[in-house]
Amino acid sequence: MPELGRAALVAAFGLILYAVVVGAYAAWRGRRRLLDSATNALFAAFAAVGVASLVLLAALARNDFSLDYVARLTSRELPNGYTLAAFWSGQEGSLLLWLLVLTGAASAAVALNRRLVREVLPWTVPIIGGVALFFAFLLVVVASPFDTQAAPADGAGMNPSLQNPYMIAHPPMLYLGYVGLTVPFAFAMAALASRRVDERWIVVTRRWTLAAWTFLGFGILLGAKWAYEEVGWGGWYAWDPVENAALMPWLVATAFLHSVMVQEKKDMLRVWNVILVAGAFALSLFGTFLTRSGVISSIHSFTQSSIGPFFLGFIAVTAAFSIVMIITRLPQLRSKTRMESLVSREAAFLYNNLFLVALALTILWGVIYPLVSEAVRGVAVSVGAPYYDFFAIVFGLPLVLLMGIGPVVAWRRASLRSLARQLAWPTGVALAVGVLLLAGGAGSSPAGLIGYTLGAFVMTTIVLEFVRGTRARKSIGSGGWWPAFTGLVARNRRRYGGYVVHASIVLLLVGAVGIGGFSSSREVRLDRGEAAEVGDYRVVYTGSSEQRGANAQEVRAHLEVFRDGEHVGTVEAGKNSYFAEEQTSNEVGIRTDWLRGEDLFVIADRFYADGSVQLQVIVNPLVNLIWLAGLVFVLGAAVAMWPDAREQRRLAQRFAGEGALARA
Amino acid sequence: METVALVLGALLTVLCVVFVARPLLRPARTGEEPLEGANPAELLRVRALERRDRALAALKELEFDHRTGKVSDEDYGALVGPLRREAAEALRELEHEDRPEREGLKADVHG
Repeated sequence: MPELGRAALVAAFGLILYAVVVGAYAAWRGRRRLLDSATNALFAAFAAVGVASLVLLAALARNDFSLDYVARLTSRELPNGYTLAAFWSGQEGSLLLWLLVLTGAASAAVALNRRLVREVLPWTVPIIGGVALFFAFLLVVVASPFDTQAAPADGAGMNPSLQNPYMIAHPPMLYLGYVGLTVPFAFAMAALASRRVDERWIVVTRRWTLAAWTFLGFGILLGAKWAYEEVGWGGWYAWDPVENAALMPWLVATAFLHSVMVQEKKDMLRVWNVILVAGAFALSLFGTFLTRSGVISSIHSFTQSSIGPFFLGFIAVTAAFSIVMIITRLPQLRSKTRMESLVSREAAFLYNNLFLVALALTILWGVIYPLVSEAVRGVAVSVGAPYYDFFAIVFGLPLVLLMGIGPVVAWRRASLRSLARQLAWPTGVALAVGVLLLAGGAGSSPAGLIGYTLGAFVMTTIVLEFVRGTRARKSIGSGGWWPAFTGLVARNRRRYGGYVVHASIVLLLVGAVGIGGFSSSREVRLDRGEAAEVGDYRVVYTGSSEQRGANAQEVRAHLEVFRDGEHVGTVEAGKNSYFAEEQTSNEVGIRTDWLRGEDLFVIADRFYADGSVQLQVIVNPLVNLIWLAGLVFVLGAAVAMWPDAREQRRLAQRFAGEGALARA
Repeated sequence: METVALVLGALLTVLCVVFVARPLLRPARTGEEPLEGANPAELLRVRALERRDRALAALKELEFDHRTGKVSDEDYGALVGPLRREAAEALRELEHEDRPEREGLKADVHG
């Protein structure tokens, strides 16, 4: 029923247009009932986009190749999970997912804060509707998923690199992150438009920002896991422009999550916070533009299309709108509070912000430099990993150091003597770890040695924060150690959830340093029965086999794995030749040692007619800490996001009666 | 199939239109109530409440940081005074902001 899908999208476009125009008029002229009607239009648009999404899902499930989208991305033999994931594998479907998530998030945000939106921040509806209108326009006019054709006998199938379980979850996670950043942006701009620059927009959007940031961060890691398994070069992050596109808004959102605390505690950085929210949102649009436009060569080049100019235009409009709003509201945004000392928690947050934003901007420059160079000089250049690695170290290591120092510095001002006392243990542990690692031969990678030493420093600080906090709670009569610990976390979820997130960053650092600084690799051609040694491992090639899979011919090299002379298992690596897609993919073999956190990673580059095989065997130490970091990251974010009834009561008290006062 | 799609599409459109029009169809009370916008008195009151909450939270945090040893006795002594003054000022300001409202309410009741 493509007609129903098309009709639903046209209805959604009309409804969103109504929400924008009528909502803006209502906010401008102060018409409550018109604003309620515009809000309902936003809800109805979500329902209409939901109908369109169901039509597309049904068409995918039924292999309805009369839809050009279904025929381009699926085939009869494609496994069901991937067939349904084709919803977001192509451009039109992913735009539909964007709109579905956006209208859903907008409806939820507006419904949950209905009184606030209706009475205090009436501009929220037209602003969030404006973003949705752009995506609805693309879907109705430029890239409809419901274009029809004479149905072919079979579809073209899905790009083999997308046929990976992590690719089912990775794009929706990123979209939830990208789209989630629209909510704080819309509320911030609505606060400026409504001249309500108090803390309320921050209070309302705090969890939305945290959720969007969590989805984005977890989505980036899922993408890294996909790249590790599917792209098959033995690494996990290649500074690909599209990977960077997701990292940039995450870094800016991270800066915002820190600096917003300075506004809450000290009423400072109000202008800076609005700039960060607008920047994170603009970068999330830029990320979608990079993924979808195909302007830059990337491992995601399967998504190339012609919607780039529309995106660029919309980014320019959004940026101009944000700049105008911020400039016109500068007098209200200026804070009277000044920083009291350069050695204080707020100063540490400021330094952290500067490093995070500097890192995001250097990455942005690396991403757009090839475009600038080609446009200005006509010379195509590419910015490689050394550029990004350099800045990741230059800005990343001080950031890690600040993660260790920041939590122990008091707000307002701290004496250097007190700070030195707080940092004595972390410094001692870090130095001991550094010396032990040096003695153990870790000096082969100076960056790795510094990374591990800083990691030990931060981890000690985090553990001490929990220990000291629990001891203090216990001393004021919170019962035993466990009640004191849970009470500590429950009373300040953001702080202690944040520490858990910091611990996940340390795990990520340790894993990344492990694979980046201490991995070993060997390329070798083996005949049946021959062996190759890499690190502590010895792999013996026992032969290859070929079989027909669900939608591909699969050839595999079989390897027996020995470590320190002991047989520890087998690994299979090979290639898949996909029937419908007429493409071949590398299927790497990975043997994980959970205890050591390391992987034996095998790529079968080529199978020869004489039965021999060309292999690349890599040992990646501690790489699994990167994936563990993802889980710890989600845990920490969940703690930080968990609603606090006490805080809710306090805020309700603060804002209670506000409407009554205004009506009086 | 096409007819079913058209009927469903029309039904969806009608439902959406009714839902969107509903707030406009409800009987108007004494004319449409205007949206509140930025009432200066309301803004001042919220600012005062924010200031109070901020000062009280800072005091609480300072006490806890002192207890954990993060803030030395010397630093605590230097910081606690200004924070207490700030909290007291915020409470006074709030009382001042609330007075006209209370007086207005009293006038309404007695009037």
